[in-house]
Amino acid sequence: MKLEQTETLSILFNYILSMFEKNRRLGAHLSIMFSSAAFSGFRKLIFGISHRADISELNLPKTCAILFPNGKDDLMNFEVTIRPDEGYYLGGIFVFSFKVPPIYPHEAPKVKCKTKVYHPNIDLEGNVCLNILREDWKPVLNINTIIFGLSHLFTQPNHEDPLNHDAAAVLGDNPKMFESNVRRAMAGGYVGQTFFPRCM
Amino acid sequence: MADAAALVSSRWRDLDKLLLRPGNLVGQNFEPGPELRDDLQEYAKVLVVGAGGLGCELLKDLALSGFRNLDVIDMDRIEVSNLNRQFLFRLQDVGKPKAEVAAKRVMERVTSVNIVPHFCRIEDKDLEFYNDFNIIALGLDSIEARSYINSVACSFLEYDSEDNPCEDTIKPMVDGGTEGFKGHARVILPGITPCFECTIWLFPPQVKFPLCTLAETPRTAAHCIEYAHLIKWDEVHSGKAFDPDDSEHMQWVYAEAVKRADLFGIPGVTYSLTQGVVKNIIPAIASTNAIISAACALETLKIATGCSKTLSNYLTYNGLEGLHTKVTEFVKDKDCLVCGPGVLLELDTSITLQEFITLLEEHPKLLLSKASVLHRKKNLYMQAPPILEEMTRSNLSLPLFDLIGQVSKDVVHVNGMTNKNGKKTSSLRKLRVIFKGIDGVSDMDTAGGA
Ligand SMILES: [Zn+2]
Repeated sequence: MKLEQTETLSILFNYILSMFEKNRRLGAHLSIMFSSAAFSGFRKLIFGISHRADISELNLPKTCAILFPNGKDDLMNFEVTIRPDEGYYLGGIFVFSFKVPPIYPHEAPKVKCKTKVYHPNIDLEGNVCLNILREDWKPVLNINTIIFGLSHLFTQPNHEDPLNHDAAAVLGDNPKMFESNVRRAMAGGYVGQTFFPRCM
Repeated sequence: MADAAALVSSRWRDLDKLLLRPGNLVGQNFEPGPELRDDLQEYAKVLVVGAGGLGCELLKDLALSGFRNLDVIDMDRIEVSNLNRQFLFRLQDVGKPKAEVAAKRVMERVTSVNIVPHFCRIEDKDLEFYNDFNIIALGLDSIEARSYINSVACSFLEYDSEDNPCEDTIKPMVDGGTEGFKGHARVILPGITPCFECTIWLFPPQVKFPLCTLAETPRTAAHCIEYAHLIKWDEVHSGKAFDPDDSEHMQWVYAEAVKRADLFGIPGVTYSLTQGVVKNIIPAIASTNAIISAACALETLKIATGCSKTLSNYLTYNGLEGLHTKVTEFVKDKDCLVCGPGVLLELDTSITLQEFITLLEEHPKLLLSKASVLHRKKNLYMQAPPILEEMTRSNLSLPLFDLIGQVSKDVVHVNGMTNKNGKKTSSLRKLRVIFKGIDGVSDMDTAGGA
């Protein structure tokens, strides 16, 4: 293998030089390296900073509320409640849990719907089919975008990207029946074989 | 007995070629000589993070390069599937901690090297542990772990009042990474070359299939596996978390994926593919690990001895079609939240958080309005959402000095709005705050407890 030697940054070169100026030999320079660093001041780990900044700039739609079950210092885990003000799901209350990874925004948060819902794009285990949560996540997106996306799912459920196959088929074939199924599920009742607890 | 002496002297023949002779690529003050080798062996202390494919190679390479004080940290136990490339491990080692077996094997084969194993998570060690090493060599396979070690190494870095990095606080890192036939080796000198966070965009985001494709229209074996892993598992095991390291869980996912594949007539689901997809593993190639580790070990030796200029600063290797290597000199992000100097602010101990926030608005280098203030893991003040604003509002009247634990200096992060060419944009900044009239020594006790 050819280990190409490109020009070293001059500052790096000076750094190594200066060590040798001060300490001629390696032993001395290494012991300096760890003795004086031992009690330095700025020895603080920072994690999740960009996420916390994100949270402090949240601008939620009026139908959404955010809750931090673990208090003000754990912002990596939180819940968002959506109360749609139009469409099939008007009057319902839907809770989503968010789990933010340490390398956010390089990776998207994990989002699950905690409320059992009859919805073409949310399955009965709470998995959500929203492109920006998985295949289309980009580090320029943020928590706000996701919350808007989720809230959009309730005003514009989409039968073309189904996770709940049955619900999607009904929405596609018979919107009237879909509407009555949604009402029945939200009020607490059976749709087919599946029971949905009340969420209004 | 003369033979034994000859053996000892020939043992370091290759190393001596680097350390005993002057050269053109070394610094002008590089003083070749046998003392340099002695010092390397006596004083240089290197931590190897990871005892897997790269870690095994790194330990062996460093030991054979003359380093005698090595530590290795890894939380994993040896699995059968490791044995094809993690050459320090044998079948009877399966189930034992990687760090311990790796250390033992290298010490058996290379006389006079001392390797201390640490069988634990990297987060379990405190900052003092990491500070004890002169160089940290990384043989990891996750972005999270790299990001963590990077923030540890950068946390030792200090800047002087002119925002120049203080040389004696630089904790050099050498990072290796491989994926199949591709790999990279890089040298990170926090404050001088870009840190991991400066260039995190170099890591491609993980491929994630749309859930609805998995649920409705699987087309590949990987789709079937992810269906079993992400959707079917939850459906059947309500509430029980999937553990990728539990072979029973993995077997279950594999069996479900096979059923799914049969249903849709998709070929190619195997147990090892299941493991690969679920754990996001790209098959590891032993020779790639060997090449990348060799480059990393060489850079470690160069940093420790100054026998050559170091790689500047990012080597990529691709052995997929023919062989291609390239060195790219990335530049650091001067505003990096992890390794950058931030903005230095000298404050009175009496300044309240509210006054501090007002000061940020007026400070010529910041001009930051509506600032939220974050200190380590604490949110001192959050402008939004209202629920957090309410929870943090009472801090506004308290002195900042008290809020950050009465230390003479510390790093604080702030975010808020700045005016860029008449347009309001949000901005996140790192600040170094220093309190006037507080003796720098007094923070030793509190800082140690961090
Ligand atoms: Zn950086």
